[in-house]
Amino acid sequence: MFPYLSTTPEQERIILDRLGLQKADELFRDIPDTIRLKKGLDLEQPKSELEVVQILKHLSRCNWNSDNKPFFLGAGAYDHYIPSTVRFAIGRSEFYTAYTPYQPEISQGTLQAIFEYQTMICELTGMDVSNASLYDGASAAAEAAFLAADSTRRSQVLVSGTVHPDTRKVLSTFLEHRGMELVTIPMKNGVTDLEALEQTVSNKTAAVMIQTPNFLGYLEEIEEVEQLVHKNKGLLILSVDPISLGLFKSPGEWGADIAIGDGQSLGNSMSFGGPSFGFMACTRSLIRKMPGRIVGQTQDLEGKRGFVSTLQTREQHIRREKATSNICSNQALNALAASVYLTTMGKQGLQEVARQCYDKAHYAVSVITASGKYRLAYEQPFFKEFPIESPISNKVIQRALLQKKIIGGYALNRDYPELENGILYCVTEKRTRQEIDRLSQIMEEMA
Amino acid sequence: MKVIEGYFYSKDHEWVKVEGNLARIGITDYAQDTLGDVVYVELPEPNSDYQAGEAFGVVESVKAASDLYTPVSGKVADVNGELTDSPEKINEDPYGSWMIAVEMSNSSELNELLSAAEYQKWCAEEG
Amino acid sequence: MREYDKLIFECSVEGRKGYSLPQSDVPSYQPPKNLVRSSAAELPEVSEPDVIRHYTNLSQKNYAIDLGIYPLGSCTMKYNPKINEEAAKLPGFAEIHPLQPAETVQGALQLMFELDRMLCEITGMSAFSMQPSAGAQGEVLGLMIIKAYHQNRGDYKRKKIIVPDSAHGTNPATASMIGMNVVEVKSNAEGGVDLDALKAALDDEVAGLMLTNPSTLGLFEKNIKEISDMVHDAGGLLYYDGANANAIMGITRPGDMGFDVLHLNLHKTFSTPHGGGGPGAGPVGVAAHLKDFLPIPVIVKNHDLYDLDYERPLSIGKVKGFYGNFGVLVRAYTYIKTMGAEGLKRVSELAVLNANYMKEQLAEYFELPFKQACMHEFVLSRLKNNPSGITTKQIAKRLLDFGVHPPTTYFPLIVPEAMMIEPTETESLESMEEYISALVHIAREAVENPEIIKTAPHTTPVRLLDEVGAARNPVVTWQKEDTNKKQAIVRKGV
Repeated sequence: MFPYLSTTPEQERIILDRLGLQKADELFRDIPDTIRLKKGLDLEQPKSELEVVQILKHLSRCNWNSDNKPFFLGAGAYDHYIPSTVRFAIGRSEFYTAYTPYQPEISQGTLQAIFEYQTMICELTGMDVSNASLYDGASAAAEAAFLAADSTRRSQVLVSGTVHPDTRKVLSTFLEHRGMELVTIPMKNGVTDLEALEQTVSNKTAAVMIQTPNFLGYLEEIEEVEQLVHKNKGLLILSVDPISLGLFKSPGEWGADIAIGDGQSLGNSMSFGGPSFGFMACTRSLIRKMPGRIVGQTQDLEGKRGFVSTLQTREQHIRREKATSNICSNQALNALAASVYLTTMGKQGLQEVARQCYDKAHYAVSVITASGKYRLAYEQPFFKEFPIESPISNKVIQRALLQKKIIGGYALNRDYPELENGILYCVTEKRTRQEIDRLSQIMEEMA
Repeated sequence: MKVIEGYFYSKDHEWVKVEGNLARIGITDYAQDTLGDVVYVELPEPNSDYQAGEAFGVVESVKAASDLYTPVSGKVADVNGELTDSPEKINEDPYGSWMIAVEMSNSSELNELLSAAEYQKWCAEEG
Repeated sequence: MREYDKLIFECSVEGRKGYSLPQSDVPSYQPPKNLVRSSAAELPEVSEPDVIRHYTNLSQKNYAIDLGIYPLGSCTMKYNPKINEEAAKLPGFAEIHPLQPAETVQGALQLMFELDRMLCEITGMSAFSMQPSAGAQGEVLGLMIIKAYHQNRGDYKRKKIIVPDSAHGTNPATASMIGMNVVEVKSNAEGGVDLDALKAALDDEVAGLMLTNPSTLGLFEKNIKEISDMVHDAGGLLYYDGANANAIMGITRPGDMGFDVLHLNLHKTFSTPHGGGGPGAGPVGVAAHLKDFLPIPVIVKNHDLYDLDYERPLSIGKVKGFYGNFGVLVRAYTYIKTMGAEGLKRVSELAVLNANYMKEQLAEYFELPFKQACMHEFVLSRLKNNPSGITTKQIAKRLLDFGVHPPTTYFPLIVPEAMMIEPTETESLESMEEYISALVHIAREAVENPEIIKTAPHTTPVRLLDEVGAARNPVVTWQKEDTNKKQAIVRKGV
């Protein structure tokens, strides 16, 4: 009946006899009778594999998926192409059924893969050191804020209003509980209001956090921000879309102290928002305050190269209440997917993906705005996402697209009331000219 | 376990060597032995002020981290930067590896500390 | 077979490609020069066969549950059913966007809604949030909810969290992460919470108590009702760390023990794979009086339509982007559907039976700090006959030579030289016997040939690694110069 359990009734009898017991139930005698369950759990009967498959397939068919419908939706989760190598590698059960690499001698596969991941993240972000991954982009932001506060001994963090709204919500939840101050710098013309930033930043500021491309898809101007933060001896935290780094300046080039972001777009499926992973890389001077696991290179007794979890004294199992964070399990398999993705795409492939996103998004804007019925909300350089404004209600547009079996963009009015009918569209390398033309045509017919 | 006569000792396993009004502070042979191979030490900026009993830094091995407490109050006059680059010196020569030198603001605090013999006895009881 | 020792960067050849993309079918646009990066990231340049050989070779340097027994205490390394993996990969689950309209993801919302109901039944709680990515994040959320509950009553002075000294390191780390102070209470001689010590720690500043039951010693806390009454009388709440829930399914429920809030580790009890260190999922369940504080959004059902509700004024906010590690939730849902009520109870019975069997067989050779019947795991201390002072670390390393994974070592902290063994219900009598005989063999070697233990491991892809060197001078990214030097030496034939 239960294919995952190996003990036969005869074997159970043998074990019970050796323990001097009649029934397994006797082993639970330490549990007081008052809290013992008197009847079975109110769950369904066990099911065969075939029956379970049918239930799951039925549920999955109730969902529209990007496998058979064009998605123009981004806003933090992205429909990029995933090469077949990724599924193969993360599908090897030597990777996915291993635990955290506690015993390095029999975990060199995982440890080396993390070491290579750290190297690739550093290459991509232009930073010195990377950890082994965090839960997601939003929690990486909270951890980065803590790291900055810890290293500057200050407790105020400034976050741009153009940072992903979910990230800001997570930041505000964590910072409030930690007794830290979070100040939001308003948006102006689709990007961070630098005048407001200049007026707010001070020698009390632990860090300024900017996202580029920002939530609306626009590329932020970092040069001035960097000068403002560092003049006040605070840290610059840049949150980035890793795909954009195939084309645009890295956090390292901008002078960031900490680079973070969500890594889903690197070889991880959208999976309704998780699991994904967060990456974090920083300057060398911050390494001993960085949260999460870090893998280092070393050698064995015979001088052979090997890899170990290192700088573990930062972590919860040693430092307990003084640890830099409470994180233990992170998102190792998702980080592995990112490594395989970056390895497969390689130096040229990542540039080509970024370039195609850029070109297709710009083509989309040119056709959508051609007749003048729709317009780009702000005239600023953008990457693969862009906000479109029009006099037509965003609900009407979304419904019309759904009727034509297209998943449209993200309605912006909930997070940015000033963009009442604004919709944020995303165009990745997966979208074809035909799909873009069709989107634009349907929109055109509405207006 | 080695102790040095004439030094003062704290129950947290720091030693103090007095030079006039200056107190050089390090960790004892017992402490380095318990900790194992020291891989990292974090020391304060010069000129910072500490009260007796306050943590001024951290010393770490692969599997343990220990706060360092100053047994005496005062201003940090000097920091042994060499240890940051070569933390193994703390294992090799614990009594030669002073960590900070403090200008004592209240030298009567020394009276609260243990002598070499008292410290040895303390460790025997603890172990 | 040839030994593989390459980094992917050492396989790279300029101009080589492992990908193919469709030709761009749109015009090219010029990005602003001041924003473009000065040089491309130096990612590997390899072909597809290079990629596959590299990762296949790496995978073969790993131990995994699919290779054999993995009895890490408190980690619940049970078999990961393959049907779970297939389910999670269905395009209707893997290729869906978290922000697409609710009417286009009814299946996903229904799955999360029903999983919530099932976990409530299993634990005796009233509602769940699927948001936390792992147990540690669940703990953070749980304590935030406790804090919010007190503050909502206008009580701002409760900042103390009580944890037993056998607690997992995350408990104190979590408490301090959200600005609370930890008070540790001692364990009594039977490994339970010392009630006098608890009484002394309770006052009107206590926000709550965090407890794992069965404890990290593998023992059921018999006095749990007394404990929960004491904490509630003092105005505090009880947090259940679900790390060890594999012992109690269908037997007893945290809700009935008096717990107010808990997290479950789906990657332990509910069979989802550990992934070499994640992704996991740590859903948080609460009793009715804490429902309003759950993070946003909450999944609701209105007239057969599922939707996401963001209008929750008392909500603590968010601890993660979107809704949680959905792919992990699909696997746990599949598992519960497969096992049903009867299967889950059988899981706990066998998990406990297996642990007791191994404990009895090993008690002859190892010191047993707690003699009573254990739950799903147990803790051993030193070897009974140990003339040359073999340590637990050395035993663990020697076990590697037998092709199995060592137990959790040096935890819980209150047992010297601890070894914590959790076989789980999916191990057969034969695999447990093999493990026991390996440990018995080592116990004999400790007397007859201790050197072989002290120099272990002997048969692994690498031998004992220099962790001290790694921590003194951290090398955390590939150093091109190292490879060049090595290759120069190889070329010279040195």
